[in-house]
Amino acid sequence: MIEIRWHGRGGQGAVTSVEMLALAAIEEGQYAQGFPSFGPERRGAPVAAFNRVDNKHINVRSGVYDPDVVVVLDPSLVGLINVTEGLKQSGVLVVNTSKSPEEIKEEVQFDGAVAAVDASRIAWDELGVPITNTTMLGAVIKATGLIKLQSAKSPLEHRFGRVAQKNIKAMERAYNELKIATAN
Amino acid sequence: MSERVGMEIALAAAETVALCRPDVIAAYPITPNTHIPEHLSDIVAEGRLDADFICVESEHSALSACCGASGAGARAFTATSSQGLLYMAEVVPIVSAMRLPIVMIIGNRALSGPINIWNDHSDIMSQRDVGWISMFAANGQEVVDMTVQSFKIAEHRDVMLPVNLNLDGFQLTHVVEPMLFPSQEEVDAFLPEYEPYAAVHPDNIVSMGTLALPEIFNEVMKAKDEVLKDSKKVILEVWKEWEEKFGRTYKPVESYKTEGAEILLLAIGSMAETAEVAIDELRDRGMPVGLLKLRLWRPFPFEEIRNAVKDVKAIAVLDRAVSFGGPGGPVFSEVRSALYDEKVRPTIISEIIGLGGRDVPVGDFIKIAEKAARVAKTGPEEEYEIFGVRGS
Amino acid sequence: MEKAKKWPEDWQEIIPGCMVFRPGSAREYHTGSWRAQRPVYDNSKCIKCGMCYIFCPEGCISQDADGYFIADLDYCKGCGICAHECWPGAITMVEEG
Repeated sequence: MIEIRWHGRGGQGAVTSVEMLALAAIEEGQYAQGFPSFGPERRGAPVAAFNRVDNKHINVRSGVYDPDVVVVLDPSLVGLINVTEGLKQSGVLVVNTSKSPEEIKEEVQFDGAVAAVDASRIAWDELGVPITNTTMLGAVIKATGLIKLQSAKSPLEHRFGRVAQKNIKAMERAYNELKIATAN
Repeated sequence: MSERVGMEIALAAAETVALCRPDVIAAYPITPNTHIPEHLSDIVAEGRLDADFICVESEHSALSACCGASGAGARAFTATSSQGLLYMAEVVPIVSAMRLPIVMIIGNRALSGPINIWNDHSDIMSQRDVGWISMFAANGQEVVDMTVQSFKIAEHRDVMLPVNLNLDGFQLTHVVEPMLFPSQEEVDAFLPEYEPYAAVHPDNIVSMGTLALPEIFNEVMKAKDEVLKDSKKVILEVWKEWEEKFGRTYKPVESYKTEGAEILLLAIGSMAETAEVAIDELRDRGMPVGLLKLRLWRPFPFEEIRNAVKDVKAIAVLDRAVSFGGPGGPVFSEVRSALYDEKVRPTIISEIIGLGGRDVPVGDFIKIAEKAARVAKTGPEEEYEIFGVRGS
Repeated sequence: MEKAKKWPEDWQEIIPGCMVFRPGSAREYHTGSWRAQRPVYDNSKCIKCGMCYIFCPEGCISQDADGYFIADLDYCKGCGICAHECWPGAITMVEEG
C-alpha cells in the first residue's frame, strides 16, 4: 500500500487532487482512499490531504503518519512547515518549485528522492491561474509510477468539463518536465 | 449489473438513497453530514429523482415533516449529525411509537460542548432507548448496501419501525473510495414500492399520534419492545436475501481472525477496519487475538455476542463515547450486561478512544490488545479508561 | 354508534402505533350530563351576531334555519360564557333541575 500526503493552502485544490488521484486509481481497478485533513480551513491556511492506493481493499482508516510520497503544491510551504515529517527514506518528495530538486533536497535535508517541477509557471501558462493541483497530479504520476497518466484523464474530464483539456495539458507538461534528484 | 465507482462516501449515500426512490426528503445540513442532504437536493433539482425535497429550517422540523409525510403514506428520509440529532430528539421516540418506517442516516459527530465537528459516537449513543433499529457501517460499501437494506427492513409489515444507519463523520463521510453500486433495476427488484399499514387521507379515517393513559401505557411499551426485538428475524432475512442477490454477507456481529483467539477486541463503526490491521500484526507476532465488529446495535445481538466470546479470556470493548460518571463506554456496558449471567465470563475492559475525532492509529489498537492480554491474568485495572489522554 | 371496549386488555391487542381507526368517538361522550345550569335564549333580543357561537368552548352552539342560535344540550356544560359574551343580553343561565 502506498500512502501520500499532499500539502497545499486552503483554496488551492488539494482536496481535488486527492480525489482525482483516487478516482484514477479506482478506474484502473485498484483500491484507493482520498480524504482531506478533516475540518474547516480558511483560504490560504496550510492544509493537508491524503491518498492511499493498494491493489486490495484498504482497511486502515486512521491518519497517514509515514507517507511514501509527499507532494507540495505551494512553494512557500517548504521551510514554513516540515514537509518531510514522517516521509519514508525510501519515498519521494514532489515539490512545486522553480528551484532544482537538488536545491530542495539540500534545503529540507532529506536523504530520499526529491522531484521538482515549476508547476506554478505551467499552471499560469496553461490555465491562467496559479492553481497547481491538476498540474502536480502529472508530477506525482511521473515520480511514483503509481498509475498510468492515461487513467487520470477521465476523472479530470468528468470533473472539469469545459476546462478539462487545459488541465490535462498542464498535467502532461508537469509529467514531462519533472526533474528528479535520486536518493543518497 | 453493479457498477464499481469511486466517490465520496457521503455523496454515495445520497446517490443510494435516490436509488431507493424516497417520496419525501426533509433534511437540514450539518457538518459532517452536509453532502447527503445537499446532494439529494441536487438530484431532485436535476430531475433525476421524483421526490419532494422540503427545505426545512431546522432538524426538529426535518423529522416532523418526515413524520407527517410518512403518516400520509410516503417513503420518507432524513439525515443529520450530533446537535441536529439532539434538536430532533423530541420527535425521535414518537416516530418509533407511531411505527413510521422513516430511514435516517447519521454522520456520527461529537456532541457539543465544547463545539466539535469531528467523529465520535456520542450523538447516536444519546438515543439508545428510543425504539429505532440502529445499524453501523464500517466502510463505503456497507453504507451503500445498508442504505437499501434499511428501507426494506423498516417497511416490512412485521417491522414498521424507523431505522438509523450510522457512519463515522469525516472518517467515512469525507473519504473517496471505490464502491459497487446496484443498478436502479436491482434496487427496484429488491425494494418494492412502499405499502403503508395506514395512511392519513380523507377517505381513510385514522388518527395517528394519540394519547395513552397509565392504564394502557405499559402494554403499549411492551408491544413496542417486542416488535423491536422481533425485527431481528426480518433483518436476518433481508441480509440473507442481499447475500443471495449481491454476494456480500452481513451479520449482526462479524468475526475477524477469531479462531483460537484468547483475546478479543470489540469495535463498532469504521474503527473496526483499522483494528483489523492491528489484529493482522499481532497474529503475525503469534498473539492469539481476534476482532468482533458490531454491525447491529438495536436490537442488541445478545445471542451472537454470547456465542462469539465463549472460549475467550479477555475482551477490550472499544467505544467512541463515554457515559460521564457512569459505567464507561455504552457498547462496553451493554456487552458486559449481556455476559453477566454466563457461567464462564471473560474479563471485559472498557477502552474509550477517538473522542471528538482524535485519530486512533493502528499502534493504539495494538497497545489496547496488549493491555487486554495483561488484564486477562490480573483483572481489570480500573472501571474504564479514556485511552490516550495526556496527563494521566 | 356501538360502544367499543375502553382499551385493549393485553399488549398483543395494541394496534400498531396506537392508531385509532374509529372516527368521531368523542361524540359518544355527552359532556352535558353533569350540567348545573343551562343557557336559555330570548330570540327577541338576539341580533344574530354569532358571538355566543364563537366563544362557546365546547363548540356546541349552532345556528338554526332562521338564523337564531341554540346550544346542543348533550354537550353544553353550562359554563355561562355565552351568556357573559352576549351583549344584548339574549341569553340567561337557568339552574337545572
